[in-house]
Amino acid sequence: MATVTAVRIRIPAPLRPLTGGQGEVTSDPGSLKDVIAALDVAYPGLKDRILEPEGRVREFVNIFVNEEDVRFLQGPETELRAGDRVSILPAVAGG
Amino acid sequence: MSYLQGLRCQRCGHTLAPAPVHICPECLGPLELVYDYTAMKATLSRDAVEAGPPSMWRYRSLLPVGDAPVVDLGTGLTPLLRADNLAKALGLRNVYIKNDAVNPTSSFKDRPVGVAATVARSFGLDTLACASTGNLAASVAAHAARAGMRSVIFIPEDLEQAKIIGTAVFGTNLIAVKGNYDAVNRLCAEAVDAYGWAFVNINLRPFYGEGSKTLAYETAEQLGWRAPDHVVAPIAGGSVLTRITAGFEELQRLGWIPETKVRVSGAQAAGCNPVARAFQAGADRVQPVRPNTIAKSLAIGDPADGGLALNAIRRTGGSCGDATDPEIVEGMRLLAETEGVFTETAGGVTVAVAKKLAQSGVLRPDETVVIYITGNGLKTLEALGASCGPSATIAPRLEEIDRVLGSAAA
Repeated sequence: MATVTAVRIRIPAPLRPLTGGQGEVTSDPGSLKDVIAALDVAYPGLKDRILEPEGRVREFVNIFVNEEDVRFLQGPETELRAGDRVSILPAVAGG
Repeated sequence: MSYLQGLRCQRCGHTLAPAPVHICPECLGPLELVYDYTAMKATLSRDAVEAGPPSMWRYRSLLPVGDAPVVDLGTGLTPLLRADNLAKALGLRNVYIKNDAVNPTSSFKDRPVGVAATVARSFGLDTLACASTGNLAASVAAHAARAGMRSVIFIPEDLEQAKIIGTAVFGTNLIAVKGNYDAVNRLCAEAVDAYGWAFVNINLRPFYGEGSKTLAYETAEQLGWRAPDHVVAPIAGGSVLTRITAGFEELQRLGWIPETKVRVSGAQAAGCNPVARAFQAGADRVQPVRPNTIAKSLAIGDPADGGLALNAIRRTGGSCGDATDPEIVEGMRLLAETEGVFTETAGGVTVAVAKKLAQSGVLRPDETVVIYITGNGLKTLEALGASCGPSATIAPRLEEIDRVLGSAAA
């Protein structure tokens, strides 16, 4: 079995124009903010859609690491390991 | 005709043509609908509303449904009950109950779903879907059945039995998810990109929310075309409170009711109180919590419209409180015993918080207060459990009545 070395990041439909239509991209491990910065190099504009200029996650964006909201973890400082799955999602209404 | 002009991002102002989308492609902010109020004001009237059907559809010109045939179960125009007994118990003078427990599927959700189902059909979508804490599930399943549409409904697996049976009976695809509502919500936010379904509270959210404005329209009409001074509404995702606020503001804009400020107060369960917590802390953002409350229909730890609800409360001079599980049951019983209205746990939350707000002087005796009761008590019998039952079991003999009632029999 191949060793998993990357973090997988799920991209929501409204951001896929920035990733050439890809619904999932990968990155090397690191803190969430470093991973987003690295993605912004590969896919310019991505960071601005996800983070406020001062670095906190935008109000209407939720980020989950392995199904846990990063606000219950360490926010943008959350450490991502190889094999982690990150999901970036717009906030949704109640029901 | 429709007065709908398009969609606009509430964050960056970007505009789009009407479509089944809820997220700004520029900044991921939530989209809202834009109407031509000038044309509305010039062509619509209260008289036309009063001549309309005895349901929420008397306001169809104010809703984003155009001329399409609506998916209608007879929703709305629910009773606005003057509640003098409850008022006395709360130390207030002018209290009304807007009893939305008596809608076709026994909650206010029939209002937003009626609009969303109609819009879905207009967009040519054939499957209605939702993430739900139970009330929305039943409403979506019922409207899909009525419209001859397919439905796919996602719920947390631990819901009350009445909400599960009361949804499954409509012949839907009911999928129980291992996790809480926030997990269901996250799954559905991913599913909306993968399937071409009309998720009423996701991709149709800007349209869906508008149906809840009829709660304000009806209240104003039933009060003789005026707004109350203060309303108390429950907060789960935050949509209903913000839409009630918008509904009163819209009627003022149309000149249908006098210009008055309606104070809007919110009610949450203490076991899921992200908005109440932010309000009390003076915070600018709502931080998520992990829900643990018997008020399952309000158990949304990460309310999408929480920030908007917080703004509406602050802007109108309202407040936001919370109620513990025992207080919720007390609230359910207080409303039932004083006014003959049996509400679910969410209504218990609203009544219990109204009681606290009255005690602290936020709700004032000189105000006309409307308390929104959004769901039916038969849906959450588990919450009352052993506390409600026969006060005695007797043999069928007359003297037995005297024995168990004593002096109360006289």
